[in-house]
Order: sequence, then C-alpha cells, then structure tokens
Amino acid sequence: MSTTVILQESDVQVGYDTHQEHSHHESFITKYVFSQDHKMIGKQFLITGMIWAIIGGFFSVIFRLQLGYPESTFPWLEDLLGHWAKGGKLQPEFYYALVTMHGTILVFFVLTAGLSGTFANFLIPLQIGARDMASPLLNMLSYWFFFSASIVMMSSLFVQTGPASGGWTIYPPLSALGDASSGSKIGMDLWLASMAMFIVSQLLAGLNYISTILNLRTKGMSMTRMPLTIWALFFTAVLGVLSFPVLLSGAILLLFDRNLGTSFFLSDIVVNGKILPNEGGSAILFQHLFWFLGHPEVYIIILPAMGISSEVLSVNSRKPIFGYMAMVGSLFAIAILAFLVWAHHMFVTGLNPFLGAFFVLLTLLIAVPSAIKVFNWLTTLWRGNIRFTPAMLYAIGFVSMFISGGLTGIFLGNSSLDIHLHDTYFIIAHFHIVMGVAGFFGMYAGVYHWFPKMYGRFLNNTMGYIHFWVTLIGAYLIFWPMHYEGLAGMPRRYYDFSGWESFKMFAGLNQFISFISILVFAAQLLFVFNFVYSIFKGRKVTTQNPWKANTLEWTTPIRPGHGNWEGEIPEVYRGAYDYGKDGRDFIPQTEQIGENESHH
Amino acid sequence: MSTIAVQQGTKWWSGGRSPFNANYGKVMMWYFLMSDAFTFGAFLISYGTIRFSVNHWVDPNHVFNSFPFAGHTNLPLAFVSLMTFILIASSVTMVLAVHEGHKMNRAGVEKYMLMTIIGGIAFLSCQAWEWTHMLTGQHPVLVDGVVEYWNTTVAHNPFGPEVAYTGTDPLFIGKEIATPGPIAFGSYFFEITGFHGFHVFSGVIINIVMYLKTKMKHFELRGHYEMIEKAGLYWHFVDLVWVFVFLCFYLI
Repeated sequence: MSTTVILQESDVQVGYDTHQEHSHHESFITKYVFSQDHKMIGKQFLITGMIWAIIGGFFSVIFRLQLGYPESTFPWLEDLLGHWAKGGKLQPEFYYALVTMHGTILVFFVLTAGLSGTFANFLIPLQIGARDMASPLLNMLSYWFFFSASIVMMSSLFVQTGPASGGWTIYPPLSALGDASSGSKIGMDLWLASMAMFIVSQLLAGLNYISTILNLRTKGMSMTRMPLTIWALFFTAVLGVLSFPVLLSGAILLLFDRNLGTSFFLSDIVVNGKILPNEGGSAILFQHLFWFLGHPEVYIIILPAMGISSEVLSVNSRKPIFGYMAMVGSLFAIAILAFLVWAHHMFVTGLNPFLGAFFVLLTLLIAVPSAIKVFNWLTTLWRGNIRFTPAMLYAIGFVSMFISGGLTGIFLGNSSLDIHLHDTYFIIAHFHIVMGVAGFFGMYAGVYHWFPKMYGRFLNNTMGYIHFWVTLIGAYLIFWPMHYEGLAGMPRRYYDFSGWESFKMFAGLNQFISFISILVFAAQLLFVFNFVYSIFKGRKVTTQNPWKANTLEWTTPIRPGHGNWEGEIPEVYRGAYDYGKDGRDFIPQTEQIGENESHH
Repeated sequence: MSTIAVQQGTKWWSGGRSPFNANYGKVMMWYFLMSDAFTFGAFLISYGTIRFSVNHWVDPNHVFNSFPFAGHTNLPLAFVSLMTFILIASSVTMVLAVHEGHKMNRAGVEKYMLMTIIGGIAFLSCQAWEWTHMLTGQHPVLVDGVVEYWNTTVAHNPFGPEVAYTGTDPLFIGKEIATPGPIAFGSYFFEITGFHGFHVFSGVIINIVMYLKTKMKHFELRGHYEMIEKAGLYWHFVDLVWVFVFLCFYLI
C-alpha cells in the first residue's frame, strides 16, 4: 500500500517543513478519513462530489418527469417523497425546491468542489514536484468544511417546509422573507449556513493552491514550464479567493434581513395585504453582489476543465499543445474579464442601458480568448497521432461542447437580444452546454486520465466508450431542442406548460427530452459502477508511465505514498509538452536538454 | 526550507524566483487579506449604494457626540477619534514588535506584543461602550404627530430630518424635532462595525497566541519571528479597514 518515504537532505530545499510528514505508520483514520495527504483529500473531494452528482442528477430526472409528463401520475414518487408528491404528482413547491437544489448542488458541490477540489488537490503537488500542499492541515480543513457544508445542505432536504426553493441565485425578496414561500423558511437559512461553510472551504483551499503553486515548485519548474492544468487551477484559485468573499457578504446581509429585522435588500413590500416595515433596501443590490461571484463562478468551473482538456489533448495527440503561451495568456485574459462582466446577468433588471452597453462590450470580448483556446485545441489535434482513449474522447467532447455553448453565449451577451431570451429555455440550453456538460466532460477526461495514478488501476474502457457516446449524444439531444423552445419564448422555472396554447406544440419535445435525460442519467450510473468496480477489480497499472506523458506525476511510484517521490524530488529541465520532438515520441520534463536538440 | 532562505537572505529557491522573496505562509496571508478586502469592499460598496440612493442621511457630528463619563456632552467625533488613535497606536507597537523580532530580541517582542494586545482590547471596549450607548440612548422622535423615544438599532433610526413641532407637548412646543431616519443607517453601522469588531477580536486572539508562543521561546528556537510578521500583516489590515469604516460612517 503506502510506500515509505525516506526524506533526504535535498527535500529541505523545497521550502517544506519536513516534520509535517506522516508517511510513517498511518492508522485507518489518519489515512482515509482525517488524511492530510493531498492525494487522499483529492479523492475525498471526488467521491463526495460524485455522491452529490448522483443526488443532483436524480433531482433533475424527477422534475423532468413532471415537465415531460405533466398529466401523468407516478405512484412510486409518493412512496419516495411522501407529501411532496401527493397522489404520485410532484407538488409545485417541491418542484421549485428540486430545481433550486439541482442548481446549487451541481454548480457548487459538484462542479466547483468536485472538479477543482479534486484535481487541484490531486494534481498540483504531483505536477509541480512538491511533497504535499503548502499547508496540509488547511487542506484537510478545507475538505471538512466542504463536508460540513454538505451535511447542512443535505439536512435541509429533510426539514418539514422543504429546502430552499427560490432558485439557485436566491434572489430576494423571495429568499429574504420567510412568508414568501415554504422554501423560504428554515430551508433558506440552512442554505445560507451551508454556503458560508462552503465559502470558508473554498478560501482555505484556494489559499493553499495559490501558495503551493507559487512557492513549492521543484527545481527547474519555472512558471512557464508548468503544465496547463496547473495554470488553469492557479487562475481558478485566484478567482475563487477573490469572488467568493463577495457572496459571503451578500449571504451575511441576507441572513441579517431574514433574522435580525434589517432591510438591506427589502423595500416597500406587501405580503398578503400587509405592508412590511422594511424600507430603503435594494433587491438589485443583492443581484450585483451575487453575480460578482456568480459570473467568476462559471469560470471557476470551466477553467479547470480547460486545463485538463489541454493536457489530455496534447498527451493523446502525441503533439505539443499549440501555442502554450497563448493558452496561458488567454486563461489570464478570461480570469480578468470574469470580474468585469457580471451585470450581463442583469440586463432586464432595470440596469441603466449605458451601463449595459459597457457590459455587452466586455462580455463579447471574452469571445476572443475563448476562440484562441478553441483554435489552439483544434490545431493541437491537427495531424496528431491521436489515441482515442475515453479520456481523449471526453477532452474532444469538451471542445465540442465549449464551441456549441460558447456560440449561444454571443447571442445572450447582446443586451437587446437578451431581452427576448432572458429566463427562457435558451439560457438553460446555453449554460448547461457551456458550463454544465462541458465542465462534466473536463471532469470525466480528468478522471479517466488520472484514475491510474489515483488507484493504480485503469477504468474499464468498454464501459468508458458506452458512457461517452451515450452522454455526448444524449447531452446534445437534451439541450439542443431547448434552444428552439427558448426562442419560441418558453420560460424557465415553470412547473407546467400544458396550460399555454403557445407551448402545447412542445409537449412531445418535452417528453422526448425527459426520456433522453433518464437515459443519460443511467449512463452516469454506469460510470459510477465502472468507477467503484475499477477501484477493486480494474486492470492493474504495470508501468510507471502508462500514457507516455511528460509531466512529473508519472515519475512517482505507481501507488505513491504520502510524500509522492521515494528519494529526491526530480529536477525539471524543460516544459511539459515536448511530444514528437526530434523524432522522439515524448521527452519527459525530467530529461536534460540535449546538445543538438532543436527548438520547437 | 523557509528558515534557511530567511537566514541566508537568498532570493533564489528551487523552483525559480520566489515571488517577493516571501515564503508560502506570507503569500497565503497576503491572498487571505485580498480576499477579506473583497468582503469588506462588498459591504462598504453596498453601504454607499444605499446611502446615496436616499434623500436624507444622519449627521455624524450629531450622532457621535458623546463621551464616556461626561454625560450628555457635545463633543462631536471626540470619542471615535480616541478609538482610532488607540487602534493606530496598536499598529505602531505591532511594527515595533516585528522590528524587535528581526533583532531576535525576545523581551522586546513580548513587551510590544503585550502593548498591541492591550490596544486591541481597549479598542473593543470602546466599541462596546459606543454600541451600548447607541442601543440604550433615548432620543425624541416625531412619529405620526406624537413624540416617541427611540434608541438606535438595526431597524430604528431616530436621527431623521427635523420638522417644526405642531403638537401639544409643552416640552417640545416651538422646537424643531427629528423624524424617523433611514433605517439603513443603523443596519449598516452595526453590521459593518460589528464585522470589523469581529476581525479585531480575532486579531487579539491571534496576538495572544503569538505572545504566548514568544514567551514559550517557540520562535527563538525556530530561529526567526516570522509568525509575528504574519500576525502583524493581519493586524495592520484590520487597522486599514477601520480607516475606511471611520471615513464612511463618521467623516462623510
């Protein structure tokens, strides 16, 4: 199992407190539960994220049943959900709760903690050549704050009035007034408490990622020699550290409004004919605070997926990534622009049109670095010796999704078009493709690619291929038709469309989408089965470097112990993308530059 | 290792150039402070948004004009100036503690850390008095033609625009009397000064831990007092935030 690490004098150079090593004699608790090993913490994030993904995905199946079959009843739903599905029909209040929780779970708990939490923890020390994170203790705390946030969010599903149901964006006044809906009661408080813990977790994690990348790189690993995964995770961490605190501010103010009688976001409200004493607040203010996080948040999700895909595409094309510096530069540009476009979510809130024009310009500017990235991925594939491993398929699928979803982003970034498309199924289709599915594809690419490093075994390829093709085709079948529904004006967040004459023509299409979504959900369960099965029964990894990759994680033992390298940490002499150079398939980063070596 | 880098004063470490010659702990602290600055920034910008969207705001010279043990005096901003002075003085002693740390003078570090802790506690005590004063002080307010006595809370603001009294109470006939003011004043005041006070409180706890560690020769054995420097970064940040809070609530 764990390999004992012999610490050498040279380790001292890496700025790492050697006495923090726990590689010797670990009990079950310190090894698998309260572990300070970044690899174990990464796996903990991954598995917790997967559990959340199953729950969040299952919620979408339940509410898709309602949208696809609004006239039918499903007695098993009543057995499962009790009074939330009286007579086998989902109740409207619980429909909103499900939609809200689906969004919250997938955005924060799966695609933020599950994606960057997993790969930042797992890959940063391995790929930059460090024994562990800068502060393993903070790293462990970060997971356990996430775990506590999960417990609180989970418990909100079981309170009598139900979980939060004001949408994942929790706009006041719906979220600020307990009387507004059943989900605005204790469920909302639990949502806010859970998110506060989640933000602490993100902060601790982000500080660790940043300082590890800046300070703990091995000898020779200059910033411009880092793999793109690390660059992407670095910018992700910076985005998280600077944007989540603003949501924290908003959440604190909202908690005050809910429980202490303040009026930060409330003004002139009448509930059931009764005038509330609140005055002077602004609900738009909350939207600004929320979207100042909310927009960087989508890049927190997509940047790690971009980094993972870049790495996987290059390794499996047996070619250097096209335009390394342009890739880094475009990541940087996206990270900067992420902070300057938040109000494009608010074009129809009564935003000053002049301000809107400013945000339109900045939003459309994002197309430039995004296009640079897409062209570089495609040119990386161009004339490569492509190996179609499941990881590679997912990376290519990521590029496909990013193009499809990115193009509709240009539609939505125009404030004039947005007036028509806002809050319709068009926006649902857009963000599910570009952030949801693309984020998942990046995550899957990463899991298929690094599973051998995580568990010393391969995931089953056949199941991987089935999983990929069902997911890719299914995702397009689900979300592509939604564009048409949205253009026809079908609004999001509606419980039942059967009452509208103009949407009756979509009844069959909605049924079709619901049917496919169940199929795609089943394919994800196949992946979960593959994951669990392969941990115990998968084909064993027999060589140190099964993908013939250049990066440092493949110089560690097949099952690295705490401390990652036996003996000295290897020194780095070159960038991470010397594939197909001078007639050689690949040249690891640890190999010195030869005398007659050409420049790429 | 960081200690070696500090002792030798080298600018190079294995991965290339160390950013700002700072080790990971300091980098972490700087990024934490940036993150925290965004939290405070969001609060203060929210405050600004609301404050400049209402027609009337309180006059700080009128609200903050009392002093402990002096009864109902009229000393505008005197007490808060004292509070600010105490906090900034504690920043000075913090600098001196860091300086003594560089000279490896344990007694000096202890002395100045103790003074910093006392400064922090004094500031918190002042804030406690000010809050109590605002929460318990009764002010006449004209509500629907009747005079009521209000304190300042998150939902009560007795410092609204003044109008001529037209009622029958002999105490107020012929005088100007305040009407209820925007409740956002109390909400933001207690929320933001409370959040800042919470930071000061955390800072005092951190400083006490640092003081005890110094006393237990923890840093002397380690060979450097860098932890004092990191605690100092936090403490200076908290002071800096107070300057903005002071500016936003008391001066403008």
